[in-house]
Amino acid sequence: MASLLTGIAASNGFGFGKASILVEPDLSFEKQTIDHVEDEIERLKAALDHTQDDLTKIRELVSKKQGEENAAIFDAHLLVIQDPELIGSIESKITDEKINAEAALKEQSDMFVTMFESMDNEYMRERAADIKDVSNRIMSHLLKVTLPNPGLIEEESILIAIDLTPSDTAQMNKDVVKGFVTDIGGRTSHSAIMARSMEIPAIVGTSNATAEIQEGDYLIVDGNNGEVIINPSDEEIEKYKQLAASFEAKKAEWALLKDEPSISKDGVQVELAANIGSPNDVDSVLNNGSEGIGLYRTEFLYMESNNFPTEEEQFEAYKTVLENMDGKPVVVRTLDIGGDKTLDYWKLPEEMNPFLGLRAVRLALQEEDIFRTQLRALLRASVYGNLKIMFPMIATLDEFRKAKALLDDEKKNLQTEGIDISDSIEIGIMVEIPSTAVMADQFAKEVDFFSIGTNDLIQYTLAADRMNEAVSYLYQPYNPAILRLVKSVIEAAHAEGKWAGMCGEMAGDEIAIPLLLGLGLDEFSMSATSVLQARSQIKDLKQSDMKELAEKALAASTSEEVVELVKQYTV
Amino acid sequence: MVKKEFTVITETGIHARPATLLVQEASKYAADVQLEYNDKQVNAKSIMGVMSLGIAQNATFTITTEGNDEEEAMQGMEDLFNREGIAN
Repeated sequence: MASLLTGIAASNGFGFGKASILVEPDLSFEKQTIDHVEDEIERLKAALDHTQDDLTKIRELVSKKQGEENAAIFDAHLLVIQDPELIGSIESKITDEKINAEAALKEQSDMFVTMFESMDNEYMRERAADIKDVSNRIMSHLLKVTLPNPGLIEEESILIAIDLTPSDTAQMNKDVVKGFVTDIGGRTSHSAIMARSMEIPAIVGTSNATAEIQEGDYLIVDGNNGEVIINPSDEEIEKYKQLAASFEAKKAEWALLKDEPSISKDGVQVELAANIGSPNDVDSVLNNGSEGIGLYRTEFLYMESNNFPTEEEQFEAYKTVLENMDGKPVVVRTLDIGGDKTLDYWKLPEEMNPFLGLRAVRLALQEEDIFRTQLRALLRASVYGNLKIMFPMIATLDEFRKAKALLDDEKKNLQTEGIDISDSIEIGIMVEIPSTAVMADQFAKEVDFFSIGTNDLIQYTLAADRMNEAVSYLYQPYNPAILRLVKSVIEAAHAEGKWAGMCGEMAGDEIAIPLLLGLGLDEFSMSATSVLQARSQIKDLKQSDMKELAEKALAASTSEEVVELVKQYTV
Repeated sequence: MVKKEFTVITETGIHARPATLLVQEASKYAADVQLEYNDKQVNAKSIMGVMSLGIAQNATFTITTEGNDEEEAMQGMEDLFNREGIAN
């Protein structure tokens, strides 16, 4: 019997395959007294060899698919199994206490785990997880059970997990992983963002996928509607194969627009850009015909690392992106940590309202050293392409001036050191706080551009926590209040000869695009995979009609009225 | 036996990548390589030993090598620290 599971559509497309569940197998064992010490040590050595083979294979695969940087975490794992202290202590436990290898391994690794967990350094506590990871892997070979290895899957599969960690997604082989479904997460969680950048259909936040789906179940993932069909009938498979084929056909049609400009029916040109989180995403940006990068979220550099990325590491990342974009604009957002984005190795004080607290540029201005490191890396990278720097969460002109002063200061320092810096870097801000949207006319005199961050602008304007489901009805991108703010930001930019873009979810939204085109938005930055669809949509719209639509929408009284108007104008 | 003192220059201290590189280098030699910091001494071929010290930026530590290739081992460690900007 087929059954249906629903969740949040995180990445579009259709995926077909057998469920591969990423959950830990039972690793329990009995502690035993042994007679033959030599045999037991041999068993341990064999398990260590197998583990080493696993890790080497995974490392190789990751390095090939995801680059050397992502593979480096497995070097640390390899060193753990070669650690003379750890292995020596397990061997002496077997010899001295005459206990089985499982018990000796568990007792010794637990001891190290406890030791690392009790350290007052967040980074060290993280290492405890590495030791656990490696020790589980050795244990699985001793017990002859199989651990889930997303990197070693060879059959076409749909991955099912509670959540996917960066190391899971880093290992994924796109040729066989046809989709994934998780219990938790939302459209902006790590797993969702990764799915979009890898162009794998995904559904997150199903809350019970790991319980409802059994290993080996045949699944259809409908990433357009957020549905998983478990063990579908032949007719259903047939139906979805057709849907998938027509979606592919539409995509093929969109693909023809890859090298076309983004021009409305009446000849108005806009820029369609993509949002990225890492240099690895640039391929997808170019394959999908984006005209630039409208938002490079640098926080992933910090979040996916175990310590603050150094100036050199950051410089390399920014340089790679700029070079690969080959002169196309790249808007880099400076560190946006705080709110829902935290770092394991840097504990921020607990706050009553983290979204209203010390985050993004507020934190950067307080932690000047961390901010300066990033600014230096950006300035040094600027000569490799068309860099634009954007400060997030600016609430007052004073904040912008302070951030810009630090930037100018580092520019001077670098110039004194004899380092080349591009002289045409545009400096802009995210507009995501209502005070800034209201004061846009004043900001426009000092900034080079605006990029409207709708996710936060909506949450702050309607005073509704976007992580709180109870008030999710207030997350209203089409509310006339939002449209009016967007309009005043765009007008303020144009009055000073500057440009205005948008980098929130709204910029790639089918209903919002006609409105934004009518309001005169210059740059739309969205998931790379939405770009061609948006280009195709804009090609069929007349800006003059959309202007009329926008005027009516601004005068509408509710979000529903706006949606109705859009439908009337776009049929 | 060869003994030498170093000062950490890398911002992150001896964590993550620097620790990995240090252990990989030490493991290349037959000589016993010990790392001493804050009155604690660990086997420099042990990643857990090295990381458990939590050596931060600007800290000073001592490397001791002992065995047939102790000279090469010390030279190797020193080259690594310089090349990777870990310590001097």
